[in-house]
Formats: sequence, structure tokens, C-alpha cells
Amino acid sequence: MTADAATPLAVGAEPAGAAERRDARRHLVLLLPALLTLGAFFVYPLLGILVRSVDKNGYTLESYRQVFRTGVYLTVIGLTFRTATIVTLICLLVGYPLAYVLATVRPRLARWLTIIVVLPFLTSIIVRTYAWMVLLGRNGVVNQYLVAAGLTPAPLPLLYNQAGVVIGMTYVLLPFMVLTLASVMRGIDPAFLRAAHSLGASRLQAFRRVFLPLSIPGVAGGALLVFILSLGFYITPALMGGPSDVMIAMLIEREVEFTLNWSFASALGSILLVLTLAAFVVYYRLMRLERLFEGAG
Amino acid sequence: MFGSVVAVSDVSLTIAAASFFTLLGPSGSGKTTTLMMVAGFGQIAIDGVDVTALPPQKRDLGMVFQSYAVFPHLTVFENVAFPLQVRKIPGGELRRRVGEALELVRLTGYERRLPRQLSGGEQQRVALARALVFQPRVLLMDEPLGALDKKLRAHMQGELKRIQRHLHVTVIYVTHDQEEALTMSDRVAVMRGGRTEQVGTPAELYEAPVSPFVADFVGESNFIEGVVVAASGPGRTLVRTDGGLELWGIASQPLRAGQRVVAAVRPEKLEPTNTPAAGPNCCKGVIEDVVYAGDATRYSVGLGAAGTLTVKVQNRAASRRLSSGESLEVAWDPEDTRIFARAGDDG
Repeated sequence: MTADAATPLAVGAEPAGAAERRDARRHLVLLLPALLTLGAFFVYPLLGILVRSVDKNGYTLESYRQVFRTGVYLTVIGLTFRTATIVTLICLLVGYPLAYVLATVRPRLARWLTIIVVLPFLTSIIVRTYAWMVLLGRNGVVNQYLVAAGLTPAPLPLLYNQAGVVIGMTYVLLPFMVLTLASVMRGIDPAFLRAAHSLGASRLQAFRRVFLPLSIPGVAGGALLVFILSLGFYITPALMGGPSDVMIAMLIEREVEFTLNWSFASALGSILLVLTLAAFVVYYRLMRLERLFEGAG
Repeated sequence: MFGSVVAVSDVSLTIAAASFFTLLGPSGSGKTTTLMMVAGFGQIAIDGVDVTALPPQKRDLGMVFQSYAVFPHLTVFENVAFPLQVRKIPGGELRRRVGEALELVRLTGYERRLPRQLSGGEQQRVALARALVFQPRVLLMDEPLGALDKKLRAHMQGELKRIQRHLHVTVIYVTHDQEEALTMSDRVAVMRGGRTEQVGTPAELYEAPVSPFVADFVGESNFIEGVVVAASGPGRTLVRTDGGLELWGIASQPLRAGQRVVAAVRPEKLEPTNTPAAGPNCCKGVIEDVVYAGDATRYSVGLGAAGTLTVKVQNRAASRRLSSGESLEVAWDPEDTRIFARAGDDG
């Protein structure tokens, strides 16, 4: 706006700075309930955990030293990141085509498909996990089918190992990936694809050069969401994994429930938090999320 | 896409090479559908057999979309290079041709910008350069200037004509703006309800419309209903209007005496006088309303029982200003009057 245009508006009103400050105050009032809730039920307990991790009858870094001195804890952290990476990649591979269908079919059909994708959220995660255990067991439905079809001579070990953990976690986390991807894909103007075809691009070229790059914000968002949720997963790996498939959340639970070493559990929790934030920062840098999200708009 | 509704039926067009051809029509007239069929989008089936043999990417047609559809994740250079890259044109030639195309649309120096850093008119020009860079046989444009403001649109109209003449490319252009169609085209097809109503040069459409629809949609017309009194000479017809006037006009089809017709005459062809005119077409009236429009003044002239005529007079120092309530005579040439059979009453 030019200065001339602004002048008549400013006549008789307070200076622009004051109006801005008043706006900021009004926004603060609106944010207050959310901020108070977060502060009381999230930030305060979190600080409590951080304090407890260095408090062992007097302040000490002993718990952290213990984590880094003992190889097994580092191994578990590594395993947690590995599992999260595998689950994220599989969710992406399975979820991308599914999201593409969801985003491109007729709206009526898309509504039904979305309901089907979201349906698992309506039952408890424990029920779903036990259901998978029934399906994947040595004499479970999946193995019976595979053996009957002659695809494998003997039942495959699908449960109580990493395969079971990955299958279970992928199942739970897939909707997060699909919904994030589909919402971005739905925002891609079909005219871009028509334009690509009219300019001589084959279906594959149009997908690779136009649709895929435009869907990257969805890939980035979905992958980040699934990865971070994977890092803290507890129930599924606890029930479907084997003795060696320990993830960091299970380790924390063990320290709290059995060894009652709360300081050590707090240290592990703090490390998980820091690593998650670090993963987010690295990822953010890598994907230049800001630029990409701007580009989609 | 349209269910069982027929969007376009029996449209056959012959378009001269290197000419500027426009599909003109109101929304829903099938002009965009026709263009999309030329481009190869959607399927054309006869007895269930798909006859759309060539998919869009093999038709070698450049296309500019209403929404521009400039790829938001690619720079100006990458957008224009896109059709060349998918055709595997080597780097040196690619850069040369992209450079030429950008020069043609006057966007040299914009290569590294992203579309969101461009104005609507600039994005439009990127879309144009992209559609021209692979030297297509035909350039299709779907209301390309619809989203631009009036000044910019007039400028781009001139640019488009310049580029079309320079490249000798055949253009098929879709618009609902009759002024744009008249000023830019070599030939225009007026579309209505999925059919072509009239195909001709802008002058033919304006001076000799074949139906009341064309007379109304291209420019504007006064319509006077009446009955044929006598047909004499080639096309020359005498009509008695429902208001009791007798007037001569040109019919584009043979009419018999007693047939119901509509006479159409354009507002600027009507001449207000204050001396009783001796010509064949004239009538008395009273000015009911005056609208000043800068270049011209529009008068609503009440004819009593015969209805109302709109008269448009250029504003010149010599032209007399008339005011509301004034009586006057209105006269016009029979050659400027078109007679059409009433729809559903043509034989």
C-alpha cells in the first residue's frame, strides 16, 4: 500500500504500531488455554523428567555415563532407528500408490476408500496387534495360505522377530502416511498433468517430472510423521518382536517397572527426545521443507 | 465426464494453415470441449470403439491452458525446456531454442525465476513460450487471457497476434469474449449448445449474422418481431412489425408471406434525425433514457406500442446532444437490417 492510500485510514486512529501490539495481545489471549494446558501437562512433567535424569541422591551425570558406557543401550538405540527407517520406507512404498489412487479417483469412491484407510483407528491398538499375532503365527492364516499355495515348503517365521515388528508397525502407521500424502496429492492441479501431456510427455515422464516432484512435500511430511512415531513405539514391538527386538521405549518401560531405576529411565527418555529432535533438524535441512511447502502453494 | 449429456455434436471445422481461428461461445456451448477433443483429452468412442488413436503427447499440438499450468517447481528456463527434454533434444540446441522462445515472449533474463515470483501476465508468457518452443503444427489456447486485467489483456492480444504472424503458426483460440474474437481472428466459429452456429470472418459475423443468436452474441442488436408482408428481390424482404411499423431488411434464407420473423439492427446503424426522413425504414419515438459511455452515447428510444430501440451515437463536437423526453425520428438502411425466421417457425 502506498503512503497516500494509507493516510486517510490513519486519520483519527492510533499509530500502526499500537494496532499491531493490540492484535498481538488479542492473539495471546486466544492462545492462552492451549499454552496453559501444554505448560501444565507437557512442559512441566518433561522438565521433571530432565531433572530426574540427573538426580540420584544429589545431582550427577551417572545415568548418562551408564548409557554410553554400556554397549547394549547404544545397540538398542541403533536398532530403534533402524526399525523406524525400515518402517518409514515400507510405509512410503505401500502408501504412495494407495494415496495416488485415493487422490485421483472420483470423490464418492475416494470418500469410501478414506473410510477404509481410517477404519483401523476405530479399534484399540492392542486388539489390532493381537489380531496380527493370530494371522502371522506358525499356524496362522497367512502361513496356512502360503504353505497350501506351495509358495513356501514350511511355515515362515513371521512373528517374534523383526519381520513381525515391521509388519505390525507398518500396519498401524500406514494411515498417517497415506492421509498426509493424499492431502498433498489432492492439491496438485490436474491441469499440470494435462499440460505435461500436451507438451509431449509420456505418462511416465509426466509422473516423474511433474507429479512426483509436486508430491514431495507429502512424502517429506508423511515420512517425518511415521519416522518420529516409530521411534517411540512400544506396544507393537513388545508383543510382536522377539527377545532381541528391543526398542528404546521398551527399555524405558523395563527400567520403570522392574528395576525401578527412574533416574536411568529418565536419562533414556531424554536421549530419545534429543535424538528425535536431532532427526527432525537433520531431516528439515535435508528436505528444505520450508522451500518445498512454499512451492506447493 | 458429461454423463449422457451431449456436450458437442457434429462439429466439423476446416482451418487454414497459419491462420488465427477462434471458437467463440457462451459458457457451456462446447467450445472448450471441442478444443480438448482436438488436443486429444477424453475419449471419443463410436459404438463403444475408441477412435482416439493418438494420445495427446503424440499429437504435436502446443497448448496454453486457462490456468496457465506453469509447473510451480520448475524455473522459467526449466518450464520452457520441458517439451524439449521429453523429446531428448541435446543440451546446446535446447539452450538455444529456449533462449529464442523466451526472447519471442520478451522474458529474456527471467530464466532462473520461479513461477511464484512472476505476475499473471508473465506466467502467461511462460506458458506461451513453453507451448511454442517445440514448434508444434498448431497452437491451442483455452481462454488464455481470461484472468488478466483489461489493459494487460489488450497488450497480450497484440503480442499474440505479433507472435502468430511471426511464426506462421496455426492458432485455435477459445474465448467467450466476442470483442477479443473479432479483433484477433482471421475466422471465427460461433458455438451454441455443442454446435457451430456460424463460421466466418469477423466482418461476416458482424455484418451478416445467420441467426438472432449470432446477431445478439457478436456485438449487440435491437430485435423487432413481425410478420413477412412480401418477399421481393434476392433477400430483400418487407416486414410488418407487431407494433405496426413497416420495414425492409435482408433475409439470409427464403421466407414466405405471413411467416413470423425477427428483424435485427445494430444500435450504431440507427440514425436519429429531427427532419421527417423519406427513407424506407424510419419511425417516430421519444427518448426515454440517456447513457453517456465516453466514446459514444446510448439512447433508449420508446416507440410506443412498437417497443424500444437502443441507438448509439458517437460523441463528436458536431453531434447534437439529445435529452430525455425529446421527440425524434430514427432512420436506418435496409441493408443494415437482418431478417430471421422465428425459431421453430421456419417452414
